[in-house]
Amino acid sequence: MTAEPRRETWPLWEVFVRSSRGLSHVHAGSLHAPDAELAVRNARDLYTRRSEGVSIWVVPAAAITASDPDAKDAWFESPRGKDFRHATYYTASQAVPHL
Amino acid sequence: MPAEDPPTADPAAAAAEAARLAAFDALIADDKRIEPTDWMPPAYRKALVRQMSQHAHSEIIGMQPEGNWITRAPSLKRKAILMAKVQDEAGHGLYLYSAAETLGTTRDEMLDALHSGKAKYSSIFNYLAPSWADMGSIGWLVDGAAIANQVPLCRASYGPYGRAMVRICKEESFHQRQGFEILLALMNGTDEQRAMAQESVNRWYAPALMMFGPPDAESPNSRQSMAWKIKRFSNDELRQRFVDMIVPQAEILGITLPDPDLRWNSERGHHDFGELDWAEFQDVLHGNGQANSLRLAKRRAAHAEGEWVREAARAYAERTATSERMAS
Repeated sequence: MTAEPRRETWPLWEVFVRSSRGLSHVHAGSLHAPDAELAVRNARDLYTRRSEGVSIWVVPAAAITASDPDAKDAWFESPRGKDFRHATYYTASQAVPHL
Repeated sequence: MPAEDPPTADPAAAAAEAARLAAFDALIADDKRIEPTDWMPPAYRKALVRQMSQHAHSEIIGMQPEGNWITRAPSLKRKAILMAKVQDEAGHGLYLYSAAETLGTTRDEMLDALHSGKAKYSSIFNYLAPSWADMGSIGWLVDGAAIANQVPLCRASYGPYGRAMVRICKEESFHQRQGFEILLALMNGTDEQRAMAQESVNRWYAPALMMFGPPDAESPNSRQSMAWKIKRFSNDELRQRFVDMIVPQAEILGITLPDPDLRWNSERGHHDFGELDWAEFQDVLHGNGQANSLRLAKRRAAHAEGEWVREAARAYAERTATSERMAS
């Protein structure tokens, strides 16, 4: 680990691709590009060489805010023990048709 | 940069360290994936950076032998196919660099390591490809061996590596088929064309088998890598699997694999094959192959010649951003 991290030649972008109409954009990977316009062009060349997409989003990686990975147990705790949020919790009505 | 704590005598810190290691070991034992923000042992991170960047470098250097043949490929269709293949290799290199960057190594650091000769890439690309049939052998044998190696890596314990490999393996299957079909076309051609195909396979067979790395007994890193579930099968297991796959393929081609010891062993249910020349492997690895200096010089030149483009694009991006700020 260097004391002072070197500046990258070009910043990092995260790429999201919509594979067809009716589906959402899904994270495909990342790439380096000097600006948004070239990031979209590079993303087309890199992630849609076999018609994998009809639409591309690029987002500067530095602009993404993530949940704290070290706090994930506490952070995602609340749904636990709340099985009643799922249909499968309700077993008495299991055999009733169309329910 | 991910934090790597220095060793400490503080008992509380030592206990926390042990707990993190236990959590990591439990994830591995449970066949779960490790993700970039998870704690991981420094040696695991280091092994991954080495393997993934080497893999990326191999894709980038691997563009050269086929790139050299684009203008000389015998038809427009063959040229278009080679271009698509070389473009895929660039893409695969970029997926792998991105995946390696999630471990806290920058793209520029990895490229510097390649250009300075500090980082290795697959030795197979240090062999020359002087004949058109070599495009066939590279696709069939070199990409074939690479696929045999890469398919199990789709389940590598490090999430971003596995995900990159899934994409790569999907794209790679056309590479092997197109190589096979180049050889098939030659084998269905004139005597001279058949001789050209055979001569090429004679040169590529053994180096392709050596792509799986040294025998298991001489590959200590690979045991650790298997314990971490980065690698799923040993070098020798993968090599055996590959030999068993190509023998019937060679029969379809009507080509002879240049190994007098190659024969079916019904007791083992596998093909036996001859001892490989590991002295040659080490020699090429240590820089004495046909093309080591050529490949690296070409890679360095390409990077240096692109410098003004990268710099201009960055200057343009900065100027545009500044003028937008001033206008708003």
